[in-house]
Parts: sequence; structure tokens; C-alpha cells
Amino acid sequence: MTALIRHTRYMTATHLLQLWRQPWWIAVTLVQPIIWLLLFGSLFEVVSDIPSFGTESYVEFIAPGIIVMTAFFSAGWGGMPVIEDLDRGVTDRLLVTPISRGALIAGRVAQNSVTIAIQSLIIVGIALAAGAGFANGLPGVIAMIGIAVLIGACFGTLSIGFALTARKEETLIATLTFLQLPLSFLSSTFMQPQLMPDWMRTVADFNPLEWAVEGARAAALGDGGWDVVLTRAGLLTGFLVLCAWFALRALERYQRSL
Amino acid sequence: MTTAIEAEDLFKTYAGDVRALDGLSFAVEEGTVFGLLGPNGAGKSTAVRIVTTLARPDAGSARVAGHDVLADPAKVRNAIGVVGQRAGADREATARENLRLSARLHGMRGAEREPRIDELLERFGLSEAADRIVRGFSGGMERRLDIALALVHRPRVLFLDEPTTGLDPEVRADMWHEIERLGREEGMTVLLTTHYLEEADRLAAQLAIVDRGKVVATGSPDELKRELSGDAVQVELDQAELNGARPVLERIPGIGEISVDGRTVRARAEDGARAVPAVLAALDTHGVAVASVTVARPSLDDVYLRYAGRSFGEADAGAENKEEVAR
Repeated sequence: MTALIRHTRYMTATHLLQLWRQPWWIAVTLVQPIIWLLLFGSLFEVVSDIPSFGTESYVEFIAPGIIVMTAFFSAGWGGMPVIEDLDRGVTDRLLVTPISRGALIAGRVAQNSVTIAIQSLIIVGIALAAGAGFANGLPGVIAMIGIAVLIGACFGTLSIGFALTARKEETLIATLTFLQLPLSFLSSTFMQPQLMPDWMRTVADFNPLEWAVEGARAAALGDGGWDVVLTRAGLLTGFLVLCAWFALRALERYQRSL
Repeated sequence: MTTAIEAEDLFKTYAGDVRALDGLSFAVEEGTVFGLLGPNGAGKSTAVRIVTTLARPDAGSARVAGHDVLADPAKVRNAIGVVGQRAGADREATARENLRLSARLHGMRGAEREPRIDELLERFGLSEAADRIVRGFSGGMERRLDIALALVHRPRVLFLDEPTTGLDPEVRADMWHEIERLGREEGMTVLLTTHYLEEADRLAAQLAIVDRGKVVATGSPDELKRELSGDAVQVELDQAELNGARPVLERIPGIGEISVDGRTVRARAEDGARAVPAVLAALDTHGVAVASVTVARPSLDDVYLRYAGRSFGEADAGAENKEEVAR
């Protein structure tokens, strides 16, 4: 266990340094959530005029959703560099060192978590500037970012598992695009759940993205109280364990194919 | 002498019924440079993947540095350094950062680690490039970094899988020099795979010739060559006509295996240089004009031909097609 933590730390530092050296990537990563917030915020603003919508400020309503969605989307691509490592022989080289197998996956996920936390903070800043108020204050915002990191870790790990299984960029891209949009719209990211069609609401109950949106909204805005935050965080943790199991199995399967 | 690497009856079949290893066995004495020689697709890389704990055999066993690769992979990984066919360094990091990560993963602490990194950078001529991003390195520099990465924790056994494939001749010569030094000065056990006959000939003290997943011959390059009787004598004639000189040639003592192909006459001689005057005299008496004569010591090419039953170039070309399919 200590080896896992130590090696994850080394790998996280390595991956963060790789990102730091790509200024263009950093710029896109930081600007993208801002664009989403402002774009979706303006596009759907009239939605909050629907009588039964509830919340006055759409930006306030959508900010937790955008934070969760940004985490979900950017983590989803976490498998891409894994494929590059496979192709270039980096993975094989690491596999013959005493590296803890889990660190190969956890290092990338941890790097992603740092990115997600920073992105989330930026969105919070913009939302505040746009007049959103977070009812639960600082503890709420921290809990919301925690949830974003959690959903990011789930889908980042899942994406790495897909990458180790498919081992081809095209296949991974196809799988991710197939998943991302439906999962986004089968959630209350943009729309109050009570305004969604019944069947959609039922499906959304099993959508991890929806758990994250509900949890984040409860944390930041106080919708439904802290027990919603805790149950959703619990569900997400369970899902993360499942994803980690899948990714480790995928790594094992990759090694068995050698 | 103790055995540093021991592979016994390794079998491995890939998906699609591609049999990579078919009962491969070999043993490497500690402190020697050992070569696995064979054409592409013979199973050399699969064998290396198994003894370095990267892949698992379907059957068979292997021990490296006294540890079983299947039962005790962690101990094996601590004792070995591996340079794979593909580069394997992180291209977005500097040479020093790459070395540092490797050292850390092997549990080396700062006081021991940093001087070792400097030492390796110096030794592989990378001191000046130490803090540059690997992406900008030349092929030769990247290869040298790969070797440095494999050596950082002072492994007892070093594996080099096709270390010079794809390098230009000059860089290849440098690499050979480096590998010779590892064996000679550091007494390290080195296992290298190659499909270059001259590379095996020059670097390896002991060889195993691998063909179709099996070892077909072992010994030192000289021993293997000595098993072939004598030298190859080749005579180029002015015209494609022996004028009945063949029976005369066959009667010269110590000459055998005469074959004629157009204007080229080939023969084996126990002592090539001694046979030349007699051969020329015999041809002269029959009025056959000779354009040139060459005498060659048997090469590993001949050894391969004898044990694998086909010429090396042929096997290499054939295997390349198969390998494409297997991928």
C-alpha cells in the first residue's frame, strides 16, 4: 500500500510536469469551462422563466452542473495518453520496473483531479462574478469540488480501462463520444428533474453523472440538504471502486496479451 | 560459474494460433554477454518479454538472478534492467527527469540517486543534453538514454531487445562499443537479441540460434562456425563453361561440396588459402579462364543455413510478412 501511494505520487508529479509544458493545452483547459458556463448560461437562460423551474438565477442553477460536466468531459479523455504510452513502449518499460501496478492508473487519475479542482475553482469565480450566490458558502463549494473530483476520477479510470482494452485511439474516441452526450442529457445538468420526461428521470436515477449533479447542487445551493451530498458521494465512491477494478483487470488483460 | 538466466521449455501461443515459442530453452552464465540470434518472428522478443516478467508463458519456467519469474516477479524486476525494442522514455520530460523517475521507482534515495544520475549522463555523453526535453533528441541520443534508464539502479542482468534495429551505421557502431564495455568492464550479465549476424558475431560470447520458437544451436560464435567444415572458396569464371574440369577439382585433397551456378563455382575447403593454388592449376590445365577467387571463413549465415535449413535472409523476409499478419 505504501508503495502504491509513493509510486502514485511520482507518477502524478511526472504527468503534471508533462501538462505544464504544454501551454496551449493549459489555455484550452482553463478557457473551455468559462465558455461553457457563459454559453449554456445565456443559451438556456429563458429556461428559468418556466413557472415551475424554481430557481431565479439560471447561472446559479447551472454552475454546479457545468463544474460536474467539465470534470466528466475532461476526465473522459484520460485514456488518450495511455494509448500513446502503450504505442511508444513507455508502459512496457514501466511494467518491468518494481512500480506498483495501480500507480500506473492512479497517477493519471490524480493528475486529472488536480486539473479538475483548478477548473472548478475558475468556474466558481466566474459564477460568483455573474451574480450566483452559493447558499452553503465555502463548505458547500469545497464539497461540490470534491464531488467533481470524484466523478472525474470515476470516468478517468473508466477511460483508462477502455484505453487498455481497445489500445486504439479511434476505438476509444468512438466509445467516449458514444457515452458522453447521452449521459449528459440523461441528467439534470441543464434542466430541473421535475421538468424531465418520466422515463428520462427513471434512467437518470442510474446515471453516475446525475448522482454527481445532484450531489454538487445540494452541496453548493443547499437543495435537499447534506444527506443528499453524502449519499451521492457514497454512490460515486462505489462506482469508482468498480471502475478501478475494471481498469486493473484491463491492465492485467493487456499484459496477458503480450 | 552460476547461471544468471535460465529458460526451460517455454511455450507461448498468441491469439490466432500464432505459435511464438515452441519449447525454447537456454541458459546464460553470470557475467557474460549472451546473444539470441534469429530472424524476425523467430520468438526472441517473446522470450525476452517472458524472462523480464512482462509476459507469461503458456508453459515452461524461467529463473533470472536466482528468482523465478512467475513466482517472484517483484524480485526479478529489482535485479534487471530492460531496454525494449521501442524507445520507452517519456518524451515530454528531460533526460534527467526520466532517470530520476526510474531511480525513484527502484527505491533510490537522493544521496545515492543524484550522483548516479550524473554519472550515467556523463558516461552516455548526455551531460549537456541532461536538462533538455527528450522530444528533441536524435535517435542515437534517445537510444543511449534508454540504456542509461535501464542501468540506473545497477541491475545484475541487462536485457537488450534488438538494441540497434533502426539505427544508422555510425550510431550502431557506437552502440556496439557501449555494449562491449558493459560486458567487459562491469562484469554484467547481458542478454541481447538481434537479427544481425555480424552483431551477434561481434558482441556475444555465447549464442543461441533461434528459429520458429526453438533454439536450434548453441555455442560461441567460433565454435558454431568451426562445426562447419572449413572455408568457402568461390571462383568466378570468365565464361560459364567448366570444360570437364569438375572431376579434377573433386580429386583435389581437402575439397568438397562443389556446386556450379552459371559462372560461379563454389566449394568447401578445409584450408581455403592452401586449396587456391591447386584449384587454379586444375582450371588452368583445362583451359578455363578465371576472373576472380575469394576465400571466406564460414559466417554465422552459413551456420544458420545449416541449422535452420534455410538462408537467414529468406527466413527474415518470410517472417516479416507473417509478423504483419500477427499484429
